[in-house]
Order: sequence, then structure tokens, then C-alpha cells
Amino acid sequence: MHPEMVKLLRTAVLLMLVAFAGIAAAQAIDPLPFRDHAEELRFQHLTSELRCLVCQDENLADSNADFARDLRHKVFELMQQGKSDAEIKQYLVDRYSEFVLYDPPVNHRTWLLWFGPLLILLAGGAVVAYTIRKRSLAGTLAASAPTDNGDDW
Amino acid sequence: MSRLLPLFAFVLLAALLGFGIWWNSAHDPTAVPSPLINKPAPSFALPMLDQPTKTVSKDTLLGKPYLVNVFASWCFACGEEHPVLMAESRSLGVPLIGYDYKDDANDAKAWLAQHGNPYDMVITDVSGHTAIDFGVYGAPETFLIDGKGVVRYKRIGPLTPEVIAQQLKPAIEALQKDAP
Repeated sequence: MHPEMVKLLRTAVLLMLVAFAGIAAAQAIDPLPFRDHAEELRFQHLTSELRCLVCQDENLADSNADFARDLRHKVFELMQQGKSDAEIKQYLVDRYSEFVLYDPPVNHRTWLLWFGPLLILLAGGAVVAYTIRKRSLAGTLAASAPTDNGDDW
Repeated sequence: MSRLLPLFAFVLLAALLGFGIWWNSAHDPTAVPSPLINKPAPSFALPMLDQPTKTVSKDTLLGKPYLVNVFASWCFACGEEHPVLMAESRSLGVPLIGYDYKDDANDAKAWLAQHGNPYDMVITDVSGHTAIDFGVYGAPETFLIDGKGVVRYKRIGPLTPEVIAQQLKPAIEALQKDAP
């Protein structure tokens, strides 16, 4: 291929990439009138901790769903009213249940979720400790009595 | 005994897996239980579809139980639900109020003209702001609200003849027993 052609093609591809990146960024970010960068960061942080209920494996910050946009605007509106993060979360929990929170709160209904893995680890540890103790016991027995039937695993 | 331990652990894991499969098939994992059940419905004032200058509020509807069915002309599942509402709405014994959610009024009117109108009244929420108070996150959704304005039942997803017979009608009957 002619070097000029290659250059032209490369430029075209680059321009296209830039254009697409622009579209993607425009979709993900709402043009919300933040007072300053700190408020924008607070908004990003808060919406990243809330679940989009239409697309349940996405958070509000990342979701492009129309519903997620509505809830983002609601969060922004509540922020403008001077509500704290906890108050905003409670507002949404009152309407959409605790499911709207990405981090489930620790309470009597979620203790198994939070501490279940620890219980399983403890149970596993107990089994390992039991096995090791039994084996070392079998080892000392085997040393004194050489009639090992090879049945021990 | 210790030889059986791995088998025991395997059976336990298999039982856990089986339980998970059963749980997920018996429950809709995307349905979020409404925290509004047995709580007062949020107050609202929304314009009527055919008379946009007239608004209907929660206070206007107090006194008798009613159903609020959230629908929209753009909502695919609402199209599946619609024939069921057309067939059953008269037999429910309570007024059925259509809640047109984030919809264009002309689209909604055309949709109702084409598929039939099972509603006693249709109110519109173009912005979807009131719907947030109701915890709506996707149409169709149906709320049963009693005469005191308390939410007594909510269905997320289309009403089917089975859901109406097994859940909605018993809930309505329970209300009518409560209120003499």
C-alpha cells in the first residue's frame, strides 16, 4: 500500500476512535450542575454504592438505564437539599428496600451472609486440625506397631 | 467413620447446591420485595390521561380499596399483561387505576385505543418522580391499596391468571372482610 494511503487510513481510524470515545463518555456522565469537584466526587461515590434495580448487577453510577438516570437525578436533587449520604440512602431504602444498597448492612437477616464464610473457614480448620491430630497419633502408633495394613488415607 | 467424611462433605455441598437451584426456581431473583407493604402509600397528585387539567390525588381515592397498575405503551411485558387485565378487571371487585409511567400521552391513548382500555381511570406520571416514591422500577407493577390508603399487596411483573387467582383475589377478599 502507498505510504500516503496508510497515513490517511491511520488518521481516519484514530478520528473514529476519538469520536466513539466521546459518545461513550457523554452517555455515562450526566450533565449535572455540580457546585464544585468535591460535590461531584461525593455524587460519584454515593451512586457507586447504590444498585440499579433494572440492571441489578450494575450500580447507579455506571448504568445507562433510563431508570438509573432518574434515580441519579433524585440523588442529586436530595444532595442539593442538603441531605447527608445516610439520609439519601435511607430515602432509597424506604422505597426500594435494602436491596438498593450494594453493601448489605450488618443485621440479624444478613449475619449469615457476612459471617458465613468465617464459619466455613472455622469448620474447615477444625476438620484439618482433627485430621492432623489423628494422623500424628496414627504415626506414633505405626512406629510402635509395624503392622500397618495400608488402609489409612 | 473418617472414610465417610469426604462423602458426607460432598452430600452437604450437593444439598446446598440443590437448595440454591430450588430457591432460584421458586423465587424470582429480580423481584425486590417492596418495603411499602402495610405502610401508607405515598401521597401523590397526578393528572388524568384524558383530562390533563384534572388531577387525582391519594385523598380523592380514600375510602374504598383500589388497584394501581403501572403500565406504559413502551413496556413489552405490559402488552403481555394487557389481555389478562381486559379479561379479569371487571371480576376483581375493586376499581383498577392505570398508572401511565414515563409515557407520551398520545402514545398511551393510541395504545389503549388499539388494545382496549381495562381501566376505570388512567393517571399519568410523565417524569416518573412520583413512581420513585412508590418504589417503581419497571412496568408492569401492581399495587393494592386499601380504603385507608395503605399498600396491602404488590406484584412486580405482569399479572397472570394464576397470580390473580392465587394472590391478588385472596388479598382483595381479605380487605373486604376487614372493612364491613
